Amino acid sequence: MSAFKINLLLFFFLAVLVIQVNAQVIVSGRVMDKKKPLAGVNVVLKDTYDGATTDSSGRFSFKTSEKGEFVLAVSSVGYKPFEQKIKLEGSPVTVDITLKEEITELSAVIVSAGTFEASDRKKAVAVLDPIDIVTTASANGDITGALKTLPGAQQVGESEGLFVRGGTAGETKTFIDGTLVNNFFYSSVPNIAQFGRFSPFIFKGTVFSTGGYSALYGQALSSALILESIDLPDRTTANVGISVLSGSAGYQHLAKNKKSSWGASYSYTDLWLAFKVIKQRQDYSKVPAYHNADANFRIKTSNTGMLKYYGYFSSNKLAFTTNSIDSLGYKDRFSIGNTNHYHNLHWRESLGKKWKVSAGISYTNNKDDISASMQDNSKTDVVLGGLEFKNFDVDTRGNYFNTKLVFEKRLKGLSAIRFGHELNHTHDKLLYTAYDDQQYPSSIKESIHAAFAESDIYITNGLAAKLGARFEHSSLLDKTNFAPRASLAYKLGKGEQASVAYGVFYQNPERRYLPSSSELTFMKATHYIVQYQKVVNQQSFRAEIFYKKYDNLVKTGAGNGQETAINNNGYGDAKGIEFFWRDKKNIKGVDYWISYSYLDTKRDFLNFPYAIAPNFAAKHTSSLVIKKFVQKWKMNLNTAYNYASGRPYYNIGFDGTGYKFNDRGTIPDYHNVSFAINYLPFIGKQNPKSYAVWVFQVSNIFNFKQTYGYQYSYNGYRKEAIMPTSRMFVFIGCFISFGVDRSDEVINNSLN
Amino acid sequence: MKKFVSLSFFSLLMLVSFAQSEKYVKAMEKLVPSIDTLWNADQLKDLSNSFERIADAEKTQWLPYYYAALARVNAGYAIMMTGATGADKTDPEGNKAQELITKAEALSQNNSEIFIVKKLIATLMMIGDPMNRYMTYGPAAGEALETAKKLNPENPRVYLQEGADKINTPEQYGGNKEEGKKLIEEAMKKFESFKPESAIHPNWGRGQAQYYLSK
Repeated sequence: MSAFKINLLLFFFLAVLVIQVNAQVIVSGRVMDKKKPLAGVNVVLKDTYDGATTDSSGRFSFKTSEKGEFVLAVSSVGYKPFEQKIKLEGSPVTVDITLKEEITELSAVIVSAGTFEASDRKKAVAVLDPIDIVTTASANGDITGALKTLPGAQQVGESEGLFVRGGTAGETKTFIDGTLVNNFFYSSVPNIAQFGRFSPFIFKGTVFSTGGYSALYGQALSSALILESIDLPDRTTANVGISVLSGSAGYQHLAKNKKSSWGASYSYTDLWLAFKVIKQRQDYSKVPAYHNADANFRIKTSNTGMLKYYGYFSSNKLAFTTNSIDSLGYKDRFSIGNTNHYHNLHWRESLGKKWKVSAGISYTNNKDDISASMQDNSKTDVVLGGLEFKNFDVDTRGNYFNTKLVFEKRLKGLSAIRFGHELNHTHDKLLYTAYDDQQYPSSIKESIHAAFAESDIYITNGLAAKLGARFEHSSLLDKTNFAPRASLAYKLGKGEQASVAYGVFYQNPERRYLPSSSELTFMKATHYIVQYQKVVNQQSFRAEIFYKKYDNLVKTGAGNGQETAINNNGYGDAKGIEFFWRDKKNIKGVDYWISYSYLDTKRDFLNFPYAIAPNFAAKHTSSLVIKKFVQKWKMNLNTAYNYASGRPYYNIGFDGTGYKFNDRGTIPDYHNVSFAINYLPFIGKQNPKSYAVWVFQVSNIFNFKQTYGYQYSYNGYRKEAIMPTSRMFVFIGCFISFGVDRSDEVINNSLN
Repeated sequence: MKKFVSLSFFSLLMLVSFAQSEKYVKAMEKLVPSIDTLWNADQLKDLSNSFERIADAEKTQWLPYYYAALARVNAGYAIMMTGATGADKTDPEGNKAQELITKAEALSQNNSEIFIVKKLIATLMMIGDPMNRYMTYGPAAGEALETAKKLNPENPRVYLQEGADKINTPEQYGGNKEEGKKLIEEAMKKFESFKPESAIHPNWGRGQAQYYLSK
């Protein structure tokens, strides 16, 4: 162990080092896609510092003093990682590399025929997000209001819901986190469209499918509105809002470890002030008032797992009278009290080995107490001979229980298979009390079990197929159905693709025409869709042609004064073409979209004497939405114009032998221009503690006369236009959200 | 003899590791000054790649990941300076920078300097699509900067960012050139007393501060 020996060893070692430093090898080459060179790519000699970045012609070159066998690695977003062994032995090394495109969610085609994805997910063709919804002037902060500016949906104003491609509102179903929502809108009121119950801000994703949708969804002949609720909030916040219609307050708490959150909110809406200022067609004895409360919790159960609960409670009442069309000098009184609660529990988790599970349970309890009567001028209830049917009470109790379980297995690339089960259990109780206090109770119980499976097959980055099938059994009909679905997408160029879709859809007869003494079956629709879509750089264009065939639609008859289903002999079809163009780029600071739908549809259903264009379908529908952000004023100026060509109207009566037209015609064209200003005083503030949004909104600013249809007296002698409750409506409000400062928590937590 | 072998083996190991860390410092020393001088997107991406290679080879050093992220986010700003605005132009740099700073943070928590880069990334992402992102990336940027300040109130880059924000923001959005300059002056004072831990630890920003003062 002499010092000499160590020194010798040291010398030897240093010598090796020096030799290594001096013997440099040049490694060079070129990185290409199939045809074009790739610039800015990091070429790495693995486990060393050596490497280079490719230039604009894809070339790279670097010197290295390493010796021996090494791995040259190249990775670039959108391409499969590349690795190659190279030997460094003194002579220059040349490596030409061709990267293979990776099938990623960003670059692959999306099977999109029939759907408008409006969400924050990167792969989605983002058309509308929550901010878009609330800043669409004609939407009134309502999700379906914004969707009505997209192609496919009708501008129906006399009743709520989405009328899609010649379908009724009942043919559109809404799903929150996969499970069916039974009372998405407030309970119907004659000739007045009701709003949706849920705020657009509780959803991060909105998929509006106007046809050809996935086998995961059923019991909807025309359309599926698929809403995905938000996960954990970004921070703890409190919010208050005050407007001419309502006051609200809410709190969202995010736990210190950012793994769970809870929140609750309450709002009270009373139209008293608005109705005082803006004259209504109806004479309200009880101005609409709504108590709404909701609560939620969200728990990150693991790195990949999430458990979410959302609960909603609402209680509302209204009562009004209108001049009776049936008997001059008398009034029709209508009142409704509604309570509704809705609970949704959803869990998702990765099970490993590319398996995922998603499970949801929802429960709804809905109670409507409706009362109607004739009143004389002193507002006292009267029973008139021959018009006894106008005095009645209807109490309904609905209990709805839905579950959904979906398993997903990712295969190679983006390909995947999905399968699962859905249960929709409903129990509707109805008690009809006639003018003479005779009571007619009815009760309908129904369980629909559905099993479904589908697969996403990515043949290449540019060609994908989605094949699926759904199998359903209805306990009420005691029948089963089998619905195949298929769609195909082909990438034509960057952001450009064509797709086709086919699908069979079944739906049970609507509850309101039940119970029926006849044997009924599922109503059926078959969709065929061809789509072209181009989305590049803040601009999107979409064109779609569709054909939809209806079979087994429900026909009704007037058994004991009520319209009930008698058979499934109805049929119909709908065909059309739709265009959508959105541009955020060409005009600075302006975001606008235009949609146009042409619809040609006829159907024979309910009490129609034969196949006719239904009263809820306009041939031409169009919308123009413009949003401009004026930096100087910190304001968003939004305007929307909606147009629909005149819809047909009918008065259909029973003459003892069959249904006949007593009157028919076409309502005038519909025009509506809305305007809204959002003032955002916090914009540009450094780390603002509160976010205030002032909203000023006017609908039908030009005071167009809007007619939705006609109603007739019982004998058909008199007719009256159905119009909006007021021509123009003005909304003013302020909504403030306080970000509760959490930077202390962040630091404390990371120090612990 | 056995003892000798093991001892010499041990010293050889020491030597190798010493040589390696010296190699690391040398490589870093060569690259770090560029962070203050480069302002061209392609060169900054190249610089970021070089730091990333060192980071991936070293595996346990936060500094190369930190600098790789910083150069990457600066490349994003450089792209923006050429007039190419829009999320599709700057998001790839922002996303890559985010990926790199996450790796840095995994190696060094509660680091004021890392929060500065996080602030730069959040602001870059926000400018990409302000209408849709001010509610998310706006507060994220503010929080990151506040955290950076709380972790080290003597960090001159905190005041540099605060000042730069004040100067670059239009007045109707709460920008204020005078206040901004005061903050930059504050940053200059902090720079005077600021002692980096080593020659390769963050010490950039003086040039930028002087540039803002001369404006």
